[in-house]
Amino acid sequence: MTLLITLIAAVIITIVWYTSPKARNLKVGLMCYMYWGASIMWLVDALFEYKEQGAGYFTPATADMINDSFLGICVVALGTVVWLGTMLISDPEGVVKKALTEKKQ
Amino acid sequence: MACFLVPATEAIVTTIVAKAVKSHEAKTEEQTKVKALSEDKLPLSKKITRLSGFLWGGSGLLAFEHLWHGEISPFFPFLTAANDPSEMAVAFHEMATVGTSMAVLVTAVWAVLTVVSDKILKRKPKKTAKLGGDAV
Repeated sequence: MTLLITLIAAVIITIVWYTSPKARNLKVGLMCYMYWGASIMWLVDALFEYKEQGAGYFTPATADMINDSFLGICVVALGTVVWLGTMLISDPEGVVKKALTEKKQ
Repeated sequence: MACFLVPATEAIVTTIVAKAVKSHEAKTEEQTKVKALSEDKLPLSKKITRLSGFLWGGSGLLAFEHLWHGEISPFFPFLTAANDPSEMAVAFHEMATVGTSMAVLVTAVWAVLTVVSDKILKRKPKKTAKLGGDAV
């Protein structure tokens, strides 16, 4: 489930990156790197688990599935927070700088 | 257990290499007065930076997953398996198999992306659609 949720996030972010110039300006590509990188790595992990467990890999216990789903959502949230922090620090649109200078005056 | 350490190590190496290549490109550009960035080719430093982006991003999120499962801790010796030698052997085996495969697959995907993006850059721009003609 973690792999699936991260993969879905990677696909959505890639579509957003491709279609929206504003998103590209806001460095959404950073999330693409994070989610695609993690998806590829978890895919390898899944392949090794499949090799060990066989078809049993596709029928996980409910508790494991809930825990993995919760982890997947947390991973996507963490990636979004990292991107948000980077975007606010790099401030590509100059919004933060503008807000700070406005407050000073 | 600690499989993410292999791609994380590769990420450190690629970051250092990207910085070295970037400074070399800047020096060459200064000496020859010719811009390293041509229209139909990406500079090597940018390509390597992309690889380190995948590796840092992926291993960062995997580190979070390991923290979630209690396989790493924020305190010394950081790896939970480090307290037991037999568990450490399992961790080393996992690094050698799963970790190495992760690093290899990410690098392979990056290599394919690099070749494809070079081909896209070399591709001639499509002619704009004829206006008013060929209406079906």
